[in-house]
Amino acid sequence: MTLTLSKVAKTFPDGTRALNPTSLEIAEGEILSLLGPSGCGKTTLLRIIAGLESADAGGTLSFNGEDVTRLPVERRKIGMVFQNYALFPNMSVRGNIGYGLKMAGLPRAAIAARVAEVVALCRLEPYADRAITALSGGQRQRVALARAVAPRPRVLLLDEPLSALDAALRTDLRDELAELLRAVGTTAVFVTHDQDEAMAIADRVAVMSMGNMLQIGAPEALYRRPADAFVARFVGNAMPLGGRIEGDRLLIDGAVLPLAQPAHGTTAWVRGEDIALDDAGPLPATVDAVTFLGTHYRIKLTTTGPAPLFSLHHGHSAPRPGDTVRLSIPPHAILTLPAAA
Amino acid sequence: MRIAKALQLTLTLLACAFLLVPTIQSVLAGVTANYFRGLSSGLTLKWVAEVWSLYSGSIFLSIGLALACLVVTTLIGVPAAYALARRPGRGSRVIEEFVSLPLAIPGLALALALLQLYGSLQGFRAHWSFILVGHVLYTLPFMLRAVLAVLAAIDLRSLEESAATLGAGPWRRFIDVVVPNALPGVLAGGLTVVTLSIGEFNLTWMLHTPFLKTLPVGLADSYASMRLEIASAYTLVFFVMIVPLLMAMQWASSRAQRMFR
Ligand SMILES: Nc1ncnc2c1ncn2[C@@H]1O[C@H](COP(=O)(O)OP(=O)(O)OP(=O)(O)O)[C@@H](O)[C@H]1O
Ligand SMILES: [Mg+2]
Repeated sequence: MTLTLSKVAKTFPDGTRALNPTSLEIAEGEILSLLGPSGCGKTTLLRIIAGLESADAGGTLSFNGEDVTRLPVERRKIGMVFQNYALFPNMSVRGNIGYGLKMAGLPRAAIAARVAEVVALCRLEPYADRAITALSGGQRQRVALARAVAPRPRVLLLDEPLSALDAALRTDLRDELAELLRAVGTTAVFVTHDQDEAMAIADRVAVMSMGNMLQIGAPEALYRRPADAFVARFVGNAMPLGGRIEGDRLLIDGAVLPLAQPAHGTTAWVRGEDIALDDAGPLPATVDAVTFLGTHYRIKLTTTGPAPLFSLHHGHSAPRPGDTVRLSIPPHAILTLPAAA
Repeated sequence: MRIAKALQLTLTLLACAFLLVPTIQSVLAGVTANYFRGLSSGLTLKWVAEVWSLYSGSIFLSIGLALACLVVTTLIGVPAAYALARRPGRGSRVIEEFVSLPLAIPGLALALALLQLYGSLQGFRAHWSFILVGHVLYTLPFMLRAVLAVLAAIDLRSLEESAATLGAGPWRRFIDVVVPNALPGVLAGGLTVVTLSIGEFNLTWMLHTPFLKTLPVGLADSYASMRLEIASAYTLVFFVMIVPLLMAMQWASSRAQRMFR
């Protein structure tokens, strides 16, 4: 199902502007991730799509061309996975999964068949007859997903479905969830504030900040061609280099770094994996700290720039804190971005 | 250490005895042929039979009142608690306090107010529903608070929202999500309501008419005007009625609580 948002905004009764007018189109079967820091309006946007929150006058929302802006939540035929799962404690796993089917008025036999199918899809067979209270966090997450997909919703909405789990489990379930969402094949909107999660699960990622949608694109596109400094910083932790760009050269206190193309008046940013320790490099720096992380070293460097740089160094040995080193950055790896607001 | 334990045991036993001895004595008096000659006069069920013939109406009235009171407080208390739980805030606190006001007012004053207001409506004044109104006023806060406590402990809003996303309208959400999750509170509240209604004396004494005597009012009546044996047999009947009821409700509420753990 295609989901179209046109100038959807939200102002809460207390005057909080949680979402500025946002237009967006999500294609049939696409998985879109809303990525942004806490309080940027992700949940608000998701709840507007669900119908749990009404958009300000002027905004419209349509499913496959059908205007659903005024349709109450129970008639929108959406599926939602809540951050705290909100499973019904008074029903078994099966009862939870079958609830939406019961509301749709399906006959008993059809409900049982669909529940069995979804239970198998989400690998919940051993727990199907348990009480909700007798499940682990990961199992609850799967029940919440199963309950949401059972009635074959037109769009599946997930609000930070992994955030209630501990870190190790989160990584495992992330890939599992990505697989499941693809298997279900429903259009899905997935909220997260974790960039790895967004990248791993989504076809396209929408980066949000303070109620604005800054950039939408495939994970690679966001990473390689961020629209502004916020996106660069949020997706892939880009760091400001400082200095001054003149034509196709970056000047930092006498050091000259070549750029891929002229980018006069913009600011220069770089990612940790693109900073190489190179005795012939143009940029001098002092080593502040070295952290060994198994696959690589993370080296904290001080230059004359506005913030310390962190280099991800893949060599077999690393310099020591206090050493003076020289850095080189390949021209194509220097991101030239409009100055952040 | 052992002395402390023994002391503790003695104290507990003493406390039990303090509560139980008068009760047992009273119950025994109810089945003694002649109280003044003591147990040697023999045991009899004569007094119990007499209580039954004199006061069976009171017994049925009390049970009827308690059940009606349970139904009414449930029908008012659950939706009211739900409404208050959905909108927590200063207004809700004020309403909750207001509903709880009858707890702090002596039953006599409450009864007096009811009499002043409705006393002139003859049909109503002499009907058992008049006493019911008093009982509901007095017991409603217990039901309301018990249900509210349970509803406040669950995340009602997100449960209802998730039911809504699955296609449940407001009425289905109430029936499928709110009521079952409020059940432990309803049972705990119901236990209190039934117990209080059956045992209520203050208010009922003021509201009753000669043809409408509840169990406690009948008890007072028998103490005042009957032989001691009959009054004691009455106590026995009272116990036999209320203890199984209390046990059944206690069992139901602990069962419901286990269900939701
Ligand atoms: N009911 C409400 N009334 C007033 N303001 C609200 C309400 N709900 C959310 N907000 C405000 O709207 C803004 C966006 O909130 P939202 O919940 O959408 O953020 P979020 O991106 O989901 O954050 P998080 O990652 O912490 O969940 C925040 O500033 C929040 O304080
Ligand atoms: Mg949120």
